Amino acid sequence: MLRALLGRWRSSLRLLRPAHVEADHAKISVTQLGHRYANKVVALQDVDLNVRSGELVCLLGPSGCGKSTLLYALAGHVQPTGGTVSIDGQRIRGPGPDRLLMFQEAALFPWLTVRGNITFALAARGVPRSQRKERADQYIRRVQLQGFEETLPHQLSGGMKMRASLARALAVDPTVLLMDEPFGSLDAQTRIHMQEMLQSIWMRTHKTIVFVTHDVHEALMLGTRVVLMAPRPGRIVRDLEVHLPMPRHPEDAALTEMVRHVQGLLREVERNTLPEATPPRATASTTASTHTLPASGLTRPVR
Amino acid sequence: MKRDAPLKNYGQKLGLMLLLLGAWEGLSRLGVWSPYLFPGPVTVAKSLWSMAVDGRLLDATLRSLGRLGRAYLMSVAIGVPLGLLMARLAFFRNAVKPVVMGLQALPSICWLPLALLWFGLTDTSILFVVVMGSVLGIAIATEDSVQGVDPQLLRVASTLGVRGLRFQFGVLLPAALPGIVTGLKLGWSFAWRALLAGELLFVSGGLGQLLTVGRELMDVPQVMAVMVAIILIGITVDRVFFQTVEGRLRRRWGLEGTL
Ligand SMILES: Nc1ncnc2c1ncn2[C@@H]1O[C@H](COP(=O)(O)OP(=O)(O)OP(=O)(O)O)[C@@H](O)[C@H]1O
Ligand SMILES: [Mg+2]
Repeated sequence: MLRALLGRWRSSLRLLRPAHVEADHAKISVTQLGHRYANKVVALQDVDLNVRSGELVCLLGPSGCGKSTLLYALAGHVQPTGGTVSIDGQRIRGPGPDRLLMFQEAALFPWLTVRGNITFALAARGVPRSQRKERADQYIRRVQLQGFEETLPHQLSGGMKMRASLARALAVDPTVLLMDEPFGSLDAQTRIHMQEMLQSIWMRTHKTIVFVTHDVHEALMLGTRVVLMAPRPGRIVRDLEVHLPMPRHPEDAALTEMVRHVQGLLREVERNTLPEATPPRATASTTASTHTLPASGLTRPVR
Repeated sequence: MKRDAPLKNYGQKLGLMLLLLGAWEGLSRLGVWSPYLFPGPVTVAKSLWSMAVDGRLLDATLRSLGRLGRAYLMSVAIGVPLGLLMARLAFFRNAVKPVVMGLQALPSICWLPLALLWFGLTDTSILFVVVMGSVLGIAIATEDSVQGVDPQLLRVASTLGVRGLRFQFGVLLPAALPGIVTGLKLGWSFAWRALLAGELLFVSGGLGQLLTVGRELMDVPQVMAVMVAIILIGITVDRVFFQTVEGRLRRRWGLEGTL
């Protein structure tokens, strides 16, 4: 019995390994990022994060730990008070066409139809008029909203709105998609459905996605990497790669096991008893030996 | 909004109307006041009919509405852009808005003496009063509704890279449109009031003058008949035009439940 438990614990550790991404291999590179709001709240402190191209990184943490702030800094909507954010080695100084932010609300333009919302966004990105409709319809199909092209947003359900919003985001084809709890306001059923949809879209397009959530299951269901954050001051305490093949199933046993493990970590974060993760470079060799990592570094998660 | 029994609803309204008219008729027949000073609805209706038949009513209405139309268009053409500027530019917000708010406190008819000194006893004077009476309200309502645009939509526009004119006319204006239309409706009722106040004060050939003439002839039925006509015109424009436009807009924008 005890041995079985221990075995499971080990397996979940084997599937969740500390991530080490060198800055020069990274698509998004965040160094020493700090942000202090006007009211002196330190929302972020000394945040280092490197995201490879094609990764789906989930930022996970209790409310108020600075997940949104970090995401907005990546989007360029928040000017951090310290540190830098670079995309492809270029330091960013504001919102740009390479990045797109999605919010918890679908935030569709209420006076435009589903298709109109997408073509309007395409027009803003300079897509020629002749291609807009076709491209819009292509993405409407991809989120399974065909038949609702001419529907106004207020006539859609919450999940459908979110799908339309996702179609709009995908249609403008940003290289980095930033999502702030996009499924947070949906019911459990719709949420799972949306997760599966996002997963299949990600598997097809290999977009770089940074996804904020405070739902552990969602993070492990979607993420190739899960970044655990802690509040006061907002910082990263764990950066784990999820070695579970995609597509994942919501009731997968290994997934459930990992969820339990990460929930434990999260509880410690909330109680503020989680020891700081020692700097990755110092522990890289020891972790590697205990968890039998290949010496050449981590293999990319299986898809 | 309930739509369960429109017929019953109308029936109720009609019944109440008839009851009120009956009470009015009865009161005038009672003879407490002289029938010259307090005519009943039948007499008033007769007077209205005779004015309608001899063309005086139509003439006056057309003149009044013509003036109103011109002045109102001018108010919209100035008020909406002014409101947009007040909402978007710091200079207008800090320097112009307080002035607009201050002047808005002035009842529109107070502009008349100034208008008469500047433009004399002309149509221009009345136009001026009407414009001053409605333009500020329209500007303030526009400013208000632009300020009140859902910040989420602005953020989305920004992340989608919607900028410049496409932003002003493709996001900001439509997002503020329901509020702006409400402001236009309000502006219209201000303009209508200002117009009649202006027309009452000097010979102008509009509905206001028809009222004055009635008073000079001590023709109470005519005065009441013109009042009824003014009410009917006001309600018609409000119901037929503004409510329809506003309702459609609000439904399309999803601000009102549709079943
Ligand atoms: N505009 C702001 N002005 C001042 N303080 C802010 C602002 N936005 C966020 N904060 C503060 O910064 C901290 C981090 O906020 P942030 O929104 O990034 O947290 P979060 O992790 O996204 O939380 P949640 O899960 O609740 O969305 C919080 O303590 C919050 O109070
Ligand atoms: Mg947040």
